[in-house]
Amino acid sequence: MRIKSTLENYVFVLPAVSIFTIFYIIPFIWVLQLSMFSWDGILPTKIFVGLENFKEIILQDPSWWESMWNAGYITLIALTLQNTVAFLLAWACDREIKMKNFYRVIFFIPPVLSEIVVGMAWRFIINDVDGANIINRMLVSIGLPQLAHNWLSDPKTALTTVALVHSWKGFGWGFLIFLAGLQTIPRELYEAARVDGAGSWRIFKNITLPLMIPVFVLVAILTVLGTMQAFVLILGLVGGEFAGHTSVPVLRILAVMRDSSRFGYACAQGISFGVILVAISFIQYRLSKRYRQA
Amino acid sequence: MKSAIYYQTKKVTLNLLIHLFLVSVAATCLYPLLWMVASSFKTQETIFSDISLIPRQFHFENYYLAVSQSDFGRYFLNSVFYTASVAFGIVVISSMAAYAFSRLRFPGRNIIFAVFMAAMMIPIPGSFVALFVLLNKLHLRNTPLGYILCMISVGLSMSIFLLKTFFDTMPRELEDAARIDGCSKLGIWRHVALPFAKPALAVVVVFNALNVWNEYVLALVIFDNKNLMPLQRALMLFRGEFLTNYPLLMAGLTITALPIIIMYLLMQKYIVKGVASRAVFG
Repeated sequence: MRIKSTLENYVFVLPAVSIFTIFYIIPFIWVLQLSMFSWDGILPTKIFVGLENFKEIILQDPSWWESMWNAGYITLIALTLQNTVAFLLAWACDREIKMKNFYRVIFFIPPVLSEIVVGMAWRFIINDVDGANIINRMLVSIGLPQLAHNWLSDPKTALTTVALVHSWKGFGWGFLIFLAGLQTIPRELYEAARVDGAGSWRIFKNITLPLMIPVFVLVAILTVLGTMQAFVLILGLVGGEFAGHTSVPVLRILAVMRDSSRFGYACAQGISFGVILVAISFIQYRLSKRYRQA
Repeated sequence: MKSAIYYQTKKVTLNLLIHLFLVSVAATCLYPLLWMVASSFKTQETIFSDISLIPRQFHFENYYLAVSQSDFGRYFLNSVFYTASVAFGIVVISSMAAYAFSRLRFPGRNIIFAVFMAAMMIPIPGSFVALFVLLNKLHLRNTPLGYILCMISVGLSMSIFLLKTFFDTMPRELEDAARIDGCSKLGIWRHVALPFAKPALAVVVVFNALNVWNEYVLALVIFDNKNLMPLQRALMLFRGEFLTNYPLLMAGLTITALPIIIMYLLMQKYIVKGVASRAVFG
């Protein structure tokens, strides 16, 4: 009787566990395994190469490190510009203000759109020299025609343009999380501080900021993980899988797999990237703990 | 002592600045979309000369061409089918598992649950490489089933987590009453737990539907057959073919974006909830 009941209970998790095992755990193990082989994805023979793939990534793959640097740059802009805007907007919407809900609805529209749609729509707006390019038209009309150019084709501006479009698409996430965090701060704290004669700035500095540190860390971790791995937006904006000056790690993995047919090497790239991402979020988490104790 | 007028003016000015800031960001959010929709009604000639957001003439034929010439009707239906199947599959599978993790006893329960949760926190950036190999071996590449199963697996952890926390708050009396009436475990899940979890199920449906509708990379790796492609994947092909036909491309983008925007506007309270629970989880 007890055994039958236990078996019945397993039935409940069986579908989830089997799908998860086949489509998540096995691929996970294969990535680890394949990273030590040289394989073109088709032939039955895989050649064991040990840690050669990782050695090549570290020592002989400048395009990989360039893509890493690019993703780091985009992430830096997302962490600073995008999150600052998100926080200011959340702070503005946390007070008694008209049309609060309207703004909240609008700010989350870019995050729900697909990266392909956002990338293609923005490309149309910013990349033609004399076509529909609104940014260029504005530059001309305020008397700076020399600045008007193909923002995405020019190597000097391409990466920053990508980073700005990415921030446009992403700030709504931070906004909603910051807003949820701000709303958990008890109003009485603010009132008590005001009665004690504290000004807006001191209330912000001594109450809002310290209480928001866990939320800042959370948003920072989500931003880093999300932005470092972002690449579909770049496909939408720039086109082909060799995104040139705006290549990022996942695009490199995709290109190594699809165009060079180096499956083992692609997996090794995936692992080294994954390890770096986990390490970064772990450091952020530890730093926040220390800060909270201090 | 500063006068009341001083404070009044200061408050009004601050409010004005805040509104100016909010309005300008909101405009930046909406402008590209309005521009995209407006352009989809223009022609190749007027799209570069008529830069107004309301076209002088509405050319609906772009939509007709997108559907008739470039098979956008089929891609649309593909996307609808994948989205609906995955959302349905996830709701059934994850709610059963979450109910078991929350209420039923069996050896290994906590370990299995921990593995699901760990998957949420460990990124595998190259997983599509392995999935490509796996689906080839299982002869599931270029099949709707292969894509649907992969996408179900992508959404499982988050959905199980959301539903489990919800089931944890379910009063025991509800189940006990059903058990006394002779309900089986499956019956309790179906007739007590599922109705109780409706708000959380809505969050699960909305998030997974958004995720599948907008998914690109697995569709890229899994489908070579044009007839099976979802919208996002087809758009990239479409751009290759009609690179310079902007009005047609913008019509394609609008067809792809509109269902998501409508769904978002209808279900936005669930999305806010979902993001908040994600915040709590972190």
